[in-house]
Amino acid sequence: MTSAELVGGDGHAVPFSEQGPAPKQVVVGYGFWLFLLSDIIIFAALFAAYAVLSGAVAGGPSGPELFDRQRVFTETMCLLASSVTCGFGSIAVQRRNQALAYFWMTATLVLGALFLKQEVAEFSAMVALGAGPSRSAFLSAFYTLVGTHGMHVTVGLAWLIVMLAQLATLGFQPMVQRRFFCFALFWHALDIVWIGVFTIVYLGAH
Amino acid sequence: MSEHLAAQGSGPGITTSRHASPRSYIIGYAVALILTFASFAAASTHLIYGPSVPILLGVLAIAQMGVHLVFFFHISSAPDQTNNFLSLAFGILIVGLTVFGSMIIMANLNHMMPSMEKLIDMQR
Repeated sequence: MTSAELVGGDGHAVPFSEQGPAPKQVVVGYGFWLFLLSDIIIFAALFAAYAVLSGAVAGGPSGPELFDRQRVFTETMCLLASSVTCGFGSIAVQRRNQALAYFWMTATLVLGALFLKQEVAEFSAMVALGAGPSRSAFLSAFYTLVGTHGMHVTVGLAWLIVMLAQLATLGFQPMVQRRFFCFALFWHALDIVWIGVFTIVYLGAH
Repeated sequence: MSEHLAAQGSGPGITTSRHASPRSYIIGYAVALILTFASFAAASTHLIYGPSVPILLGVLAIAQMGVHLVFFFHISSAPDQTNNFLSLAFGILIVGLTVFGSMIIMANLNHMMPSMEKLIDMQR
């Protein structure tokens, strides 16, 4: 469907300049898309820092000695599954199906929390081994990159809890539907960043 | 999806079909799972020539990001997606410049840096 196909009452095509402002859902979606792209640029800077500093272990432990691939695989599965349940949940929100929306969004919440639990366990095990962020430039870059992603997941979970509360109190208002929609985009973007993290940080370590 | 909405272009994640279907997520999940398994297998196997593994991992990661964009974000090159697609292209440009630019500059500086003995020599 292109703009030329939109016809006015007299049968003539309405010029683009006279179609008025775009619907709110489109404006909100596009604005949030621009935010996500700028967020990904932040991660690009952190990835660049990690790529430059990953060899600077300063005599301390290196990546392969610290990383547990089994755990990273579990984390990846949790996050990927939560992305899909989030997609199902946003379809349920679009179709105004309350039971399914609660079900899938709660599944997203649980899977996201499982991911975060694994990451916290990993960080605390590494710090207990003396491999904290101040040990070497490599570890500073590691904690900054992976920690920023984990922080985003934490914020996403808090946002999801707020959205579930809004669904309970406000119901399927257009405003609530738009916010769920933005949340789903945010959650999918975090999964895309995680692909970069597990590839470059965990699998790329050698 | 109303006609008006489609005519004005649509945001990311909005499918132009009237019913957003779970099918797209199921297909995306299946393909993403295969690519993830392939990444983890490629990193731990000894069947693949060692120095080629990072390139394979990069290809698999970029493929999986593409799968996520198409099946989860519903980004396409359709006419009503022009705005989303162009901003994505600009984002990728900036990400590429930041990552590869930093790596090239830092590797170059590292290369140009005189050795420690020479630095001490220069200070005499």
